[in-house]
Amino acid sequence: MQQRDPHEEMNPNEADHDEATCEGGCCSKGAAYDPPAPKAPAGTVVPTVVLRLSVRNHPGVMSHVCGMFARRAFNLEGILVLPVMDGTTSTMLLLVHDDRRLDQLERQLSKLEDVLEIHREATGHRAFAAVAEFIG
Amino acid sequence: MNMTGAELIMRLLERQGITTIAGIPGGANLPMYDAFHTSSIQHILVRHEQAAGFMAQGMARTTGLPAVCFATSGPGATNILTAIADAKLDSVPVICITGQVPTGLIGSDAFQEIDTYGLTVPITKHNYLVRTVEELLTVIPDAFRIAMSGRPGPVVIDVPKDVQSARIEFDAYPEPGAPDAPPRFSHDDIFRAAGLINASEKPVIYAGAGIIGSNAAPALHALAEKASIPVACTLLGLGSMPDSHPLYLGMLGMHGSRGTNMIMEECDLVIALGVRFDDRATGKAAEFCPKAHIIHIDIDRSELGKIKLPMLGIEADVRLAIEALLPEVGADKRSDWTARTTELREAHPMAMPGADDLLTPYGIIRQTAAMLDDDAIISTDVGQHQMWTAQAYPFTYPRQWLTSGGLGTMGFGLPTAIGAAVAFPERTSVCFSGDGSILMNIQELATAVEINANVKIVLLNNGHLGLVRQQQELFYGARYMASRFEARPDFATIARGFGMAACDLANEANPAEALAAALRQPGPCFINVPIAEEDCVFPMVPPGAANHTMIGGETHATA
Repeated sequence: MQQRDPHEEMNPNEADHDEATCEGGCCSKGAAYDPPAPKAPAGTVVPTVVLRLSVRNHPGVMSHVCGMFARRAFNLEGILVLPVMDGTTSTMLLLVHDDRRLDQLERQLSKLEDVLEIHREATGHRAFAAVAEFIG
Repeated sequence: MNMTGAELIMRLLERQGITTIAGIPGGANLPMYDAFHTSSIQHILVRHEQAAGFMAQGMARTTGLPAVCFATSGPGATNILTAIADAKLDSVPVICITGQVPTGLIGSDAFQEIDTYGLTVPITKHNYLVRTVEELLTVIPDAFRIAMSGRPGPVVIDVPKDVQSARIEFDAYPEPGAPDAPPRFSHDDIFRAAGLINASEKPVIYAGAGIIGSNAAPALHALAEKASIPVACTLLGLGSMPDSHPLYLGMLGMHGSRGTNMIMEECDLVIALGVRFDDRATGKAAEFCPKAHIIHIDIDRSELGKIKLPMLGIEADVRLAIEALLPEVGADKRSDWTARTTELREAHPMAMPGADDLLTPYGIIRQTAAMLDDDAIISTDVGQHQMWTAQAYPFTYPRQWLTSGGLGTMGFGLPTAIGAAVAFPERTSVCFSGDGSILMNIQELATAVEINANVKIVLLNNGHLGLVRQQQELFYGARYMASRFEARPDFATIARGFGMAACDLANEANPAEALAAALRQPGPCFINVPIAEEDCVFPMVPPGAANHTMIGGETHATA
């Protein structure tokens, strides 16, 4: 799996998401993203929450995180990743739905060996808003 | 110290206590195979990599300790995936070490290159692609720690060929991997659990594989006996309570006895111990134990509330939790509830038609059990024979029963039984199988003969994919499709062709005597048992339905 550009946001739920051209981790081998959960009906605003993860920084960690979302049918609206300090860990911000499955989602994430810490990030939406200026 | 990566792998495995590894060599793992020459570890050559994974499962499920299997890159790795996925779903600590093409060729579509790391992400507890020989010093002990800690599970370590061949110089071996300390739980929660149990008039314990994984059977018996709580087991929990125990209700769920599922309907408290509310056990989850509060104790926090929201969920090693609970739970005879459960069990017992006739499903299973010592290890494949064995075999202790529960893998039985025989050569390892399942790993008859494993295969032969045929009969208007075998192999002849002793009870003047002789003789033996093709497993809860909608299995029924 390629180390993805950490400055790029990806949204695997987008309808026009193209595996052939995707450079994000979501479409790398072994982690094809095919969310079985239905999208919210048009017009409804699903509340979101941002999770801040500290993860081990190695080429497989995106497979583990994105793959878990795919196979457990959790929604993943966006990801931001940057390596931290000496590069042995990365910080990941995940934009996810704030619904009744959030608790289960956090528990499944915390079971991943490469996920070192996880907590809800109150100011995380700002990061996604800032990145949105550069994409789409 | 100075050695190659392959030699280092073997030293680290020796230090973990590994004595036997099942596998198949190939281009990308030859350095590791060369290192067997200087290792105390014995190698067992299987005939298909999937069987190496299941042999490791047979060793791990019977000993409770991690076991190791080897496969080469590419097809070796893809072949072993099913056994790894099976270990994941049933929480079995298996370490699979695969060869990979040299680091410089990764990503080039080299010969026998496949993305083993990517393929194994969703089916392992954790996985590694080792990039330098130095990483082995941390990866191997870590893999064992992860496989054993908390809820156990499989770990895959993919090692490129150049990493196996590279030399490493280091001062000292790392400490062998050991399990992490179990999660701490609050005694307030234990008091609350005890309060709910003491206040309950109609409690039931729903016990699963976690009881076996945490060696909690004695604690479970003590809790059940002190507070007079009946115990129902999941498929994988069988053996955590002896069949003869007066509080034992047998298996619940899709093929549980009518009386047991009725008791679950009536109970007012479910004490769920080391279980995950699997749909085969609960039926339609929304209607499972409709009158009951739930206490759920499991070592995997993500299981608490995943399917059913408990009134009280406790993340804990279930043995430690029960031991903490015991002094807080009041001794109680619960005479009314005991009388009621006895009444339901006597009115709706597990019906076993034909149990006196050797050439019927229940007959062959019950009579085989009667002929075996108590220490026999029982494995199955997947299908009708599996459910009949789960219903009818009188299991007496944990780790006696090896079956593929979560993944339901046909082909599981024979290699797993061989693995059990390797782990406990002095005991008899019996594999109940079906004529559909056995063909999925029949090549392992060669392995059993080669190592003279004390394995007895008892084949319930009805010429069908029986459980498929049954579902087509019951739920698809008896429109049978692809469930009947037109070609009926002569399995006794096939077994003899592999060099294995065999008998066919269809041709025996005294089948009972032939069966006893086959079970008694040392070494592997194949026993073909013809059974009627129309026999169904009853009772049966239709898939997706609630457990109170059982079909068949009434005591007055004949089929």
